[in-house]
Amino acid sequence: MFDFVGKRYWFFLLSALIIIPGIISLSVFGLKTGIDFNSGTSMTLHFSPSVDETQVRSTLSNLGYKDAIVQHTGADDFIVRLATTELITDQTKNQQLINGLNTQLNTTTEQKDLSVLSAAIAAQTARNAVIAVIVAAVGILLYISFAFRKMPKPLRWGTCAVIAMIHDVLVVVGIFSILGWAAGVEIDALFITGMLTVVGYSVHDTIVVFDRIRENQSRGGGGSFENVVNSSILQTMTRSLNTSLTVLFVLLALFVLGGATIHYFTLVLLIGVITGTYSSVCNASQLLIVWENNEWGRFVSWIPFLRKKAVEG
Amino acid sequence: MKRDSYFLVFILILLGLALWAILPTNSTRLGRNGFQLGLDLKGGTHLVYQADLSQKDPSLTDAQALAAVKATIERRANASGVTEPLIQTQGSDRIVVELPGIKDVDAAINLIGTTALLQIMVKHYDTSGNAILDANGNPWFVATAMGSDGVTHELTGKYLKPNAQVVLNQTTNQPEVSFEWNTEGAVLFKQITSDNKGKLLAIFLDQTNIETATVQDVISDRGVINGLKLKDAQNLVIQLNSGSLIVPLTVIQRTDVDATLGADSLTKSLTAGAIGIGIVILFMIFYYGLPGVIAATALLIYSALVLAVYKLIPVTLTLPGIAGFIISVGMAVDANVLIFERLREELRAGRTLHRAVDEGFRRAWPSIRDSNISTFITCIILYWFGNTFGAFMVKGFALTLFIGVAISMFSAVLITRTFISQLIGGGMVKGLSIHEVKNNV
Repeated sequence: MFDFVGKRYWFFLLSALIIIPGIISLSVFGLKTGIDFNSGTSMTLHFSPSVDETQVRSTLSNLGYKDAIVQHTGADDFIVRLATTELITDQTKNQQLINGLNTQLNTTTEQKDLSVLSAAIAAQTARNAVIAVIVAAVGILLYISFAFRKMPKPLRWGTCAVIAMIHDVLVVVGIFSILGWAAGVEIDALFITGMLTVVGYSVHDTIVVFDRIRENQSRGGGGSFENVVNSSILQTMTRSLNTSLTVLFVLLALFVLGGATIHYFTLVLLIGVITGTYSSVCNASQLLIVWENNEWGRFVSWIPFLRKKAVEG
Repeated sequence: MKRDSYFLVFILILLGLALWAILPTNSTRLGRNGFQLGLDLKGGTHLVYQADLSQKDPSLTDAQALAAVKATIERRANASGVTEPLIQTQGSDRIVVELPGIKDVDAAINLIGTTALLQIMVKHYDTSGNAILDANGNPWFVATAMGSDGVTHELTGKYLKPNAQVVLNQTTNQPEVSFEWNTEGAVLFKQITSDNKGKLLAIFLDQTNIETATVQDVISDRGVINGLKLKDAQNLVIQLNSGSLIVPLTVIQRTDVDATLGADSLTKSLTAGAIGIGIVILFMIFYYGLPGVIAATALLIYSALVLAVYKLIPVTLTLPGIAGFIISVGMAVDANVLIFERLREELRAGRTLHRAVDEGFRRAWPSIRDSNISTFITCIILYWFGNTFGAFMVKGFALTLFIGVAISMFSAVLITRTFISQLIGGGMVKGLSIHEVKNNV
């Protein structure tokens, strides 16, 4: 039988290798936040005949929008972002902007969409997003502890599932932080939606493995806890892979062919499903063993920058 | 198996009902015109208004004031001819307005968000006949008169009958707004016109003078406002008839979506979804053989049921909502995978086909239940999150995923099981175990 649990520290190492760069990026650059989290104006403009990006930028600057961010998004479409929110109520300003572009660039400007967000809402959105993730974590912790109430130390199962879940959140947020400065990817309300779905999926996957451990343990005769966990992981392996594969097929199709609006949303889910499957097989159940064997000392000493302290202590 | 035959009939009836409800997709059955599409798919504008409740009448609670504002906005939006406007209160002091398919957003913002407080103003004169000015040098004062209850009232738009209309002046051929006072308004107006006979009287709308006239005669029940452009006159009529907003509103969020962009996204996502589901079906059949065919059939029935529920509730479909549906298909497959893997194990353990099916379902159930409940928890939190800050996309996703997962539990347990039992019971399948063993070499 393949010894899955014996390799647990290698799995933790792999997780660390993926998460640490993300955390560094997160603490240095943070996340590049989009329109849902920043106050300001965002619009998609279509020009015919076509114009180039520098022209649009300099014209906007002439019109008094010196801080305008212009981004070419294919065909003759441009996304324009302004720090002001005055276009929301002052309709003449919006018309002046379009007319100004028309005359100065000698083209016809079509405003395909416009969104304006005031500072009050932007701050609330960010706050609500954080609350939502925390409430989800607590809710899931409680539910799992309830579902495993007949097991000894039910809170332990919930905690391990939530740690695996936080692992997945960190992987996705870290990757998006890197994508933020590397590729200009912004996060929006949909990102939060994707994030919460990942949270749900991660736990969904973990529970299936936990359920098996519970069943095998209560049946008895499986030997040590490590052996029980190991055989449970192996028994659920086909299911974990098959389910992830089917979900990944669907997501890949959405990612490649779906509309631009949900492009990064599906990317969040793609990354999340992969890390969610990985963490339920390679982290969550393994943490149960670390806890059961009380290996936290080893766990801590294994983390490089904490090793010295642990040895000294 | 008698029980399974009943289930089979039940499933077929359910499928029939579902298909009847959803096909053809643009049918008007059950009083609805096709699926209800969100703003991101059909285009339109999404507005969030902040109400300044500090200016409300102190006798009203915040909730009452907001509800009154919402009702006024609803009347205005409906009167403006927008199809299916959606107006919701959000939090304690905000109102979300969604206007699908609208072209002139600026005009709509104007129409909906203007206070539209109509006041009758008069000038007061000192003994030497000069107009008295207030502290700001303004000669106009709100006209007051004794009401039938013996108390002095200001004459404002709240005494109007909701039947103002745009008429063309017979002589000038210019548009005018004609309005009529209600009984109490007529009492007040009669008194004001008789007090001010031969003097100037003005109509102010939101502190702006829109009409000034000399009182020729004592009038009680009606009046006109002229000198307006046709468009403005039409807006004013809607505003007068819907009543003024009791607190001022400001737009704090505005999102316009281009209709063509939405249609494009819809086609793309549906294509992607169809291809994704196709791959899943092929995978299931290829990997699990006959049970895979059953799972695929169950999946198609599942899709029909989910779509029917979307239509019946009705769920407003948004792009993320469609993504939620497609992801729920993946989760529906998961339940089948769990069951089949269990079935396989039981067969490997040497059980008969019948026993293996029973055991497989029984043992897979706790996993299906617990894992799906955790998804429900996430969906509920997402829905709350979407609702609190008016993100219709987030709400749509949470709702479709919730419905999808709920029906997937039903589908895995009832549909897949009934089909498998029917096949075994009918003696059509004896080779399930052979296939399983072959696959496990």
